[in-house]
Amino acid sequence: MTTESVRDVAAGRLQSADYLANFADLHAPMTPHEAIVEADRCYFCYDAPCMNACPTTIDIPLFIREIAAGNADGAAKTILSQNIMGGMCARVCPTETLCEEVCVRETAEGKPVRIGELQRYATDHLMERHTAHPFKRAAQTGKRVAVVGAGPAGMACAHRLARFGHDVTIFEARPKAGGLNEYGIAAYKTPGDFAQRELDFILEIGGITVKNETALGRDVTLEALSDEFDAIFLGMGLGGVNDLGLEGDDAEGCIDAVKYIADLRQAKDKAALSIGRRVVVIGGGMTAVDIAIQSRLLGAEDVTICYRRGREAMNASEYEQELAQTNGVTIRPHLMPKLLERGADGAITGIVLEYGEAGPDGKLVGTGETLALPADQVFKAIGQSPVTETLSNAGIELEAHRIKVSDEGRTSHPKIWAGGDCVRRDDDLTVVAVDHGQRAAQSIHAALSR
Amino acid sequence: MGMVDLSSDFCGIKSPNPFWLASAPPTDKAYNVERAFEAGWGGVVWKTLGSEGPPVVNVNGPRYGAIHGADRRLLGLNNIELITDRDLETNLREIAEVKKRWPDRAIVVSIMVPCEEEAWKAILPRVEETGADGIELNFGCPHGMSERGMGSAVGQVPEYIEMVTRWCKTYSSQPVIVKLTPNITDIRKPARAAKAGGADAVSLINTINSITSVNLDFFAPEPTIDGKGSHGGYCGPAVKPIALSMVSEIARDPDTRGLPISGIGGVTTWRDAAEFIALGCGSVQVCTAAMTYGFKIVQEMTAGLAEWMETKGYETLDNFMGLAVPNVTDWQYLNLNYVTKAHIDQDLCIKCGRCHIACEDTSHQAITSMVDGVRHFEVMNEECVGCNLCVEVCPVTDCITMEEMVEGTDPRTGKPIRHDYANWTTHPNNPAAMEAAE
Ligand SMILES: Cc1cc2nc3c(=O)[nH]c(=O)nc-3n(C[C@H](O)[C@H](O)[C@H](O)COP(=O)(O)OP(=O)(O)OC[C@H]3O[C@@H](n4cnc5c(N)ncnc54)[C@H](O)[C@@H]3O)c2cc1C
Ligand SMILES: Cc1cc2nc3c(=O)[nH]c(=O)nc-3n(C[C@H](O)[C@H](O)[C@H](O)COP(=O)(O)O)c2cc1C
Ligand code: SF4
Ligand code: SF4
Ligand code: SF4
Repeated sequence: MTTESVRDVAAGRLQSADYLANFADLHAPMTPHEAIVEADRCYFCYDAPCMNACPTTIDIPLFIREIAAGNADGAAKTILSQNIMGGMCARVCPTETLCEEVCVRETAEGKPVRIGELQRYATDHLMERHTAHPFKRAAQTGKRVAVVGAGPAGMACAHRLARFGHDVTIFEARPKAGGLNEYGIAAYKTPGDFAQRELDFILEIGGITVKNETALGRDVTLEALSDEFDAIFLGMGLGGVNDLGLEGDDAEGCIDAVKYIADLRQAKDKAALSIGRRVVVIGGGMTAVDIAIQSRLLGAEDVTICYRRGREAMNASEYEQELAQTNGVTIRPHLMPKLLERGADGAITGIVLEYGEAGPDGKLVGTGETLALPADQVFKAIGQSPVTETLSNAGIELEAHRIKVSDEGRTSHPKIWAGGDCVRRDDDLTVVAVDHGQRAAQSIHAALSR
Repeated sequence: MGMVDLSSDFCGIKSPNPFWLASAPPTDKAYNVERAFEAGWGGVVWKTLGSEGPPVVNVNGPRYGAIHGADRRLLGLNNIELITDRDLETNLREIAEVKKRWPDRAIVVSIMVPCEEEAWKAILPRVEETGADGIELNFGCPHGMSERGMGSAVGQVPEYIEMVTRWCKTYSSQPVIVKLTPNITDIRKPARAAKAGGADAVSLINTINSITSVNLDFFAPEPTIDGKGSHGGYCGPAVKPIALSMVSEIARDPDTRGLPISGIGGVTTWRDAAEFIALGCGSVQVCTAAMTYGFKIVQEMTAGLAEWMETKGYETLDNFMGLAVPNVTDWQYLNLNYVTKAHIDQDLCIKCGRCHIACEDTSHQAITSMVDGVRHFEVMNEECVGCNLCVEVCPVTDCITMEEMVEGTDPRTGKPIRHDYANWTTHPNNPAAMEAAE
């Protein structure tokens, strides 16, 4: 018996109705009744813990009170004034480790106010109904700012700059703007093309030009940008995922999870995506959980996440781990990839992992004991690598392979700011990228106003 | 709960428990009243009857407005309904039939006819013939009927109350309960008038003049009828404090002390009823709670009251009736030497900060928000005046309590705690006290 005969990778594993159901909204939007009932639960805390836990410091008690008082659009303005991507954040924030984790009703009865869903209720309410953009541009300043990357960091920075009256040009490498909102976030968190709808909403402010398929380093240089513009913001995110460092890393069936998700997000017809019957995911973060769940939703029968340390060390929150499990994903901690098994045609047929434990110095060491898992596909989700050569060449200081920035997002170059995943600060989250972008805009505005 | 007896004898009207349905839609006809008795209500006051002839008509648009708390819990109800819009004969026939079928329950008949002796003389014998246990004079309805010189239009003039009560005592041999309107400055005056007219009891409160909300599209009060609205009568949990206060006024007025009182206004649970009884009421009447939840609530009321009486060792209602009356006093007699401080139970505190911001913004800056860089809420005794605001705004029951200082020195005033009693009448800051001393 040859191993090839068992390898089973196929598209169209499900009926078309199943794809629709599987990739529908993770949480159905709140009805007005639900929103009022939930909003009534908020205590309007003083110096609210939830607000302090929000990376963009949205005034949560205020917006919830506005919902309760029947002013959902006002609530949305409260949210958007602090975070122009409040709609996306409402869908993708791991609220269980941010605002909702510290909600006093979590302390009181283990059930936080459902802040994320309320935020979505308010922002949806406004975005579905608004006739005019909720923010006005200040008088044009004549200053021009280049933004590299149209992800959350770049878009948030551009919007804030445009509000201040500056003109912004965004240079985006990909065919579509949005960054990981468009190419990375799990499909069931942002159905209905929300990323592009939100992008259009943000651009309504005016004064922002987006140049897609224009990459820094390929189509434009940092030098040219710094000659032409008064300031530059870098929000390029991260590059491809890290390799496992094993032979077969680029074999058929050993796949970059982020790249696969990008294809999934762009696929008009999810039935066209090929997925294995048995899938192994290597990693312990959001990407690992997302690819595992989405593999299941595409019809994979047997999906296992293997993580090298204990579950408590996983970057994916407890809630996300549970979500994976309720979607039929098995999580196996303390397993380190050791060997990729391949068939005669070179394609992946399985993976051998070694059990690991913390050594005396806390470092991970193998126990020698191994486990072989058959797999039609192995997804790599062990962190993305920064793309920084162009930058260090331009004299921008790096730190642990990412751009070094101050609190307000300044790099070592006086005309260049940076934020989002490409900098060495805080967690890699959409909301954090938004915060970085807005902070940098504030700082750029201060510098340009001098 | 074998030893507790909930039965009540209210100025000669007997009922198996003190819970009566107030005169209102729940008691409008035999169908409702019999369902209420099946559910366990001790008695009813039949929906107010008017004179013979064509009955009043109600609006055909909305009759109710409301105030809601969290989760649309109904806290206050406003209505513009009139007295019964059913024919007098039908009502009288049904009253007689129901009384025959339910001899152990109290049936009191509410009456409102024009302020003329003939009108009362005509209706009273008809009511008596039904075999009902007593009558209640509706001097309370604040809308519609008052425009026709009835209801609160009578209830606001003590002389009319006395006069009509006397007619009733003359033309009827039944117990007469006078139902008072709260839409008056001093509730003792109509109560005294009722007593002077020979009333066997008073009941209160009827509904309070109210506009619950204004429709911001029509710019008209709610409920809006074809673009217009009229004030209505307010009832439900929101009016209980007003009702308790008025009941206490009558209970402790030397002129009316001992006059039986049927307590009405916001009774929703057994506890509300116990409070009214503690203030001297011999029965309680309920309307809004039944209209919100249906008749079954009486089961909670009777069970809860019996349970509480049992734990307290009270065997009959008389055992605790009126026990709170002597403790209702005037502000000037409150003990100024009694010192309390708020105390926060840190194990219960969920750190919402509401106590802090309430005290900080609107009271005495006596609660911390941050201690050594950590979010922490604690009362500073040297600033706390013991006002109780924090207790009321804290979302966690019993998390903040007011603790009496029994010894030492009040760190706020620097004065030693005294165990004697001293009130405003003798306080040095009281100009009247100074004069008296001079
Ligand atoms: C699979 C996956 C799932 C995730 N799920 C969540 C989630 O549920 N919740 C959450 O909060 N966060 C999640 N994250 C993290 C979140 O998406 C990122 O933290 C966030 O998108 C970072 O924003 P950014 O603007 O810094 O970068 P990106 O979103 O990566 O945007 C960078 C943009 O720059 C462009 N670019 C790159 N190089 C160049 C160049 N040389 N020239 C021009 N343009 C360039 C890119 O094409 C891209 O459009 C997830 C990440 C991944 C990978
Ligand atoms: C719709 C409605 C109609 C009422 N009609 C009468 C009435 O006909 N006669 C009367 O004496 N009181 C009437 N009342 C007042 C009630 O009997 C009662 O005094 C008042 O509602 C306060 O009690 P509650 O808070 O339990 O509702 C009415 C109340 C309501 C809500
Ligand atoms: S912590 Fe919870 S209850 Fe307090 S303001 Fe925030 S959402 Fe409301
Ligand atoms: S009792 Fe009053 S003064 Fe004292 S802490 Fe509470 S709110 Fe402040
Ligand atoms: S109001 Fe109550 S729960 Fe909230 S901080 Fe104060 S003591 Fe704690």
